[in-house]
Amino acid sequence: MKKWLTFSLLSLAVAATSAQARNDDQIRIGVDVPYEPMEYRTPSGELTGFDIDLGNALCAEMNKDCEWIVQGWDGIIPGLMARKYDAIMSSMTINDKRRERVLFSEPYFTPPSAWFAPADSQLESASEASLDGLAIGVQRGTLQDNYATDMYGSVADINRYSTADDMVLDMDAERLDIVFLDYPVGQSTLLESDSGDYRVVGDMITEPKQYFGDGFGIAFRQRDRDLADEFNQALETLRDNGTYDEIRARYFDDAE
Amino acid sequence: MQALLERLDALLADNSIFTLQTLSYYGDGLVTTVQLVFLSLIIGLVLAVPLAVGRCSRHRLINWPIFAYTYVFRGTPLLVQLYLIYYGVVFVEGVQESWLWPLIKDPFVPALVAFTLNTAAYTTEIFRGAIKATPQGEIEAARAYGMSPALTLRRIVLPSAFRRALPAYGNEVIFMLHASAIASVVTLMDLTGAARFVYARFYAPFDAFLFVAAIYLCLTFATLYFFRFLEKRLLGHLKPAS
Repeated sequence: MKKWLTFSLLSLAVAATSAQARNDDQIRIGVDVPYEPMEYRTPSGELTGFDIDLGNALCAEMNKDCEWIVQGWDGIIPGLMARKYDAIMSSMTINDKRRERVLFSEPYFTPPSAWFAPADSQLESASEASLDGLAIGVQRGTLQDNYATDMYGSVADINRYSTADDMVLDMDAERLDIVFLDYPVGQSTLLESDSGDYRVVGDMITEPKQYFGDGFGIAFRQRDRDLADEFNQALETLRDNGTYDEIRARYFDDAE
Repeated sequence: MQALLERLDALLADNSIFTLQTLSYYGDGLVTTVQLVFLSLIIGLVLAVPLAVGRCSRHRLINWPIFAYTYVFRGTPLLVQLYLIYYGVVFVEGVQESWLWPLIKDPFVPALVAFTLNTAAYTTEIFRGAIKATPQGEIEAARAYGMSPALTLRRIVLPSAFRRALPAYGNEVIFMLHASAIASVVTLMDLTGAARFVYARFYAPFDAFLFVAAIYLCLTFATLYFFRFLEKRLLGHLKPAS
């Protein structure tokens, strides 16, 4: 009797494990929303944006079934490690610090960062002298956070927000003097908003590489080399056949 | 001891996370957390004593508004209260032009207001219970001595109520310390804010949060021992004889 019980329990366990084995044609992609125009929700709640459309096109190209998993930004790399999803496609900039943790695809988009301030601000450019004593807003854990903290953390007051929305709210409330964002994000949340009047301060920033890296990449676990290669190949195909440019034109009016 | 220090030195030498800089973030966070919790507890306590006395009043006009206040602040999450006070107040017409704005603009003051109102609500109810539990005989004795109600309150009711409220109030202090961990949602760099910063920067959840958990644990135990000491001094006579 006892033997029979052990055997049936064992076979049950085996059956359960094999049922859990991952379906190879399904890929789960982690994404942090909202982040217009890269990834956001339509009024009906559907995920959309440049990353989402490109990701879906890549999956179609590879004949894979994709599922988007929404995950807050500050936990997005640990979530990949914890196997909550197999890839991150959420406007993540490639840099050396992240390369220690994850494997990146080829860059698929390279946006600059920029400083945004109210239109009536006196600021002409961002420097240690001009930012002295001001309140700077950044999104926690972004490369803009790292850059602003290292460059101006000693002279200015750095306010870190969990979401870009909270930051824009505080910008409207005049709690912040200036914010540092990916240019496309600032463009859609500040320049094109009707809540206030904002402008870009100084030049677009893409240097130094140590912070701004090499553009946005799709992140994978280090051991998923094959998956990354597949994505890279699909990306190349989409670039060649014009699909990439078509998706890009949907969200950005400027050519790179 | 020497060997231990050398071990520690070696351990700190080849880690990239706990540098002098990140430790200083934790240090600043500790100061912010302690300031925030200490100030809100003190102000909350000062508010709670008259509120608790009013809450025990038979007059509905005094009793009911205080009940409504404690009901609302004990019935909603502190995080929601913090959001309303920090992000919501901005939308009140004219607030940005008023003299209050420089205070509200800074995240510390809205956080302090939210924490203070919250702890005052809980403390009021704790004290109300303690006041209600005053033995009737003590009040009758005070009256027999010809004390006025105000004098009875000051000499008899409040001192013994404070003692009875002590264990429950000690809990409230610790709850408040733990609840303060949400301050970083309004950009304050408290202890949790420092941990989240280190976590986001180095993608190291365990190192960042275990370290901060240890600091909270130390603070909690310090509070616990302080209240145990107070209870021994003030409530010794109530200990069951063994």
